[in-house]
Amino acid sequence: MNRDEVFDKLNGIFRQVFDDDEIIVTDDTTANDIEDWDSFEHINLVTAIEASFKVKFTMDEVMEMKKVGDMADAIQEKTRK
Amino acid sequence: MKELEYPFDADFIISNKKRIKRQLLENESDFIDKKIALLGGSTTRDVLLVLELFLLNNGIRPTFYESEYNQYYQDAMFPNEQLESFQPDIIYIHTSNRNIEKLPTIMDSEDEIDRMLSNESQKFVKMWDQLTVKYHCPIIQNNFEMPYYRLMGNKDSSDIHGTINYINHLNAEFYAYAQMHDNFYICDINYLAADYGLKAWADPFYWYMYKYALSIPAIPLLSYNIANIIKSILGKNKKGLVLDLDNTLWGGTIGDDGAENIALGPEEAAGQAYSEFQKYIKSHQQLGVILSINSKNDYENAVKGLNHPNSELKPDDFVEIKANWKPKSDNFEEIASDLNVLPESLVLVDDNPMERDIVKRKFPKVSAPDLERVEHYIEVIDRSGFFEVTTLSKDDLNRNKMYKQNAERSKLQVSCDNYEEYLQSLEMKATIEAFTPVYMARIAQLTNKSNQFNLTTRRYTQSELEEISNSSDYITLCGRLEDKFGDNGVVSVVIGHIMENECHIELWLMSCRVLKRNMEFAMMDVMVAKCREMGLKYIKGSYYPTAKNAMVKDFYQLQGFEKIHGDDIGNTEWQLDLTDDYVNKNKVIQIGGIGNE
Repeated sequence: MNRDEVFDKLNGIFRQVFDDDEIIVTDDTTANDIEDWDSFEHINLVTAIEASFKVKFTMDEVMEMKKVGDMADAIQEKTRK
Repeated sequence: MKELEYPFDADFIISNKKRIKRQLLENESDFIDKKIALLGGSTTRDVLLVLELFLLNNGIRPTFYESEYNQYYQDAMFPNEQLESFQPDIIYIHTSNRNIEKLPTIMDSEDEIDRMLSNESQKFVKMWDQLTVKYHCPIIQNNFEMPYYRLMGNKDSSDIHGTINYINHLNAEFYAYAQMHDNFYICDINYLAADYGLKAWADPFYWYMYKYALSIPAIPLLSYNIANIIKSILGKNKKGLVLDLDNTLWGGTIGDDGAENIALGPEEAAGQAYSEFQKYIKSHQQLGVILSINSKNDYENAVKGLNHPNSELKPDDFVEIKANWKPKSDNFEEIASDLNVLPESLVLVDDNPMERDIVKRKFPKVSAPDLERVEHYIEVIDRSGFFEVTTLSKDDLNRNKMYKQNAERSKLQVSCDNYEEYLQSLEMKATIEAFTPVYMARIAQLTNKSNQFNLTTRRYTQSELEEISNSSDYITLCGRLEDKFGDNGVVSVVIGHIMENECHIELWLMSCRVLKRNMEFAMMDVMVAKCREMGLKYIKGSYYPTAKNAMVKDFYQLQGFEKIHGDDIGNTEWQLDLTDDYVNKNKVIQIGGIGNE
């Protein structure tokens, strides 16, 4: 899956989770850019991403996810295998 | 809403909570309002948010009281103004085997294990009694799920030292209480976890990462189950089943195949499945569920089928048999009106998606579960929880026994409302010292994720923190707290910037894991001592309000600081004069007691 496809899907997930169709995420989007993105929603995002991409992250990987780019990296890393 | 009916897509619900809630509120305005207190022994956020969806879907609009992380016991046992003024209509206690204080070890004697068991169950019993006395409302209590691992393997179940054996005993104590008390209901997470798959349910990832006692994808199953209990308590159970015949109660089409050729009975697999399903339906009569038939058949054929020698259900079992060629939605409406109930209090049991659709279109609130394969009919109807039982009428003998026990218990009335005594009993020990490299990662993590007990919400990178800890211009403190139940790890972080003869507190945070333990006072005692050692005259602190840190608005006031400045957006500045007398405020935590120190 190339990066555009990953971001396409990620964007959909963010819109779902935050119920906001205007969200556009980029590599550098962080919790500071999305009002409702707190630690609880972060958990939900991770869970939604896992379900949607059919991957499972390790604790370390989740801890490393500071911005959306990190998420995309982890997804690409997993789906490449 | 279809998305919220069994079998639901848990992942979908988790990621679409906000939208689903919005739609539920848009589509319906006729709700009953209920106040629900959720007292948790682990993280409860999504349990609450998903429970809200299922309740809304049942016409119940909840407002919640949610205890702080793992404060279920404190909230129940000690004076709690917030909960008292909330006046819950229902209390749900979300505990799990993570909350069992002590488990037997191989070394423990039988007596010790008995004592342990009695202490543990009495702790809960006292809590339930206290809640009942105070709030007079239904209590829903999780039982304990099976443990994630078995030290002794299979023997863990039969040996008194085994965790499984112990949990089974504890659960039995819970059930005994439930049998004696109306208005007390077990939420059987032990069954749910088994049903879901214990390994997936208890995936420790979610515990270590977020302190959830169950995996997030399992939460909808739990919340659905809680919602079923609540709607049942509130009298919103379904009242009856409206059943189709062909390929629902037997295999084949009786009009075409003839009564002698339908699949029903022990001769072959499908027949067995239909027989078992019929038995299952018939047992519902004992629960007072009304059964009726809605079938596209000639009436004679319908009755012929029900009189089949292998048929568990007989024509007499049904209050009404509608077997004709009218639209099923018309029949459905007539059945409801004959029984004098609302259509939505009846469930349509029909294998044909088109028929289900016709009825649903006319009565959108009617449940008509998807039935696809006969071997799964029971699963779908059973797990839908249409008839969740919360009260079965008991005989008077039992009632007498119950009254007697209650009287005895109230004599033992809970006397533990001295909070300090409780804190003492926790046998807390703390280490409070300057930042050390071994804790640096945890300190950085805390500074970046603590939002609630955080006075300034300043974020630091690990390298900034290392720099600060090496500088003589700063006082740093990190506090680790242990109690008799275990080690909480590093839970509080403080950074003070020394400027001339003053110490300016730039960061003061604490993990919500240890709220109300007086750890913040222990930290301040140490802070004051350090500042005095250095000959400083003042400690200055600021509170910067955010959406999340209202709980520490009065922090400095409680610490005995004097307010020296405040602005219109709520920022406040405080100071403590170190030349004044300072009396240590912590009396319940022993300092410097962890490990070998």
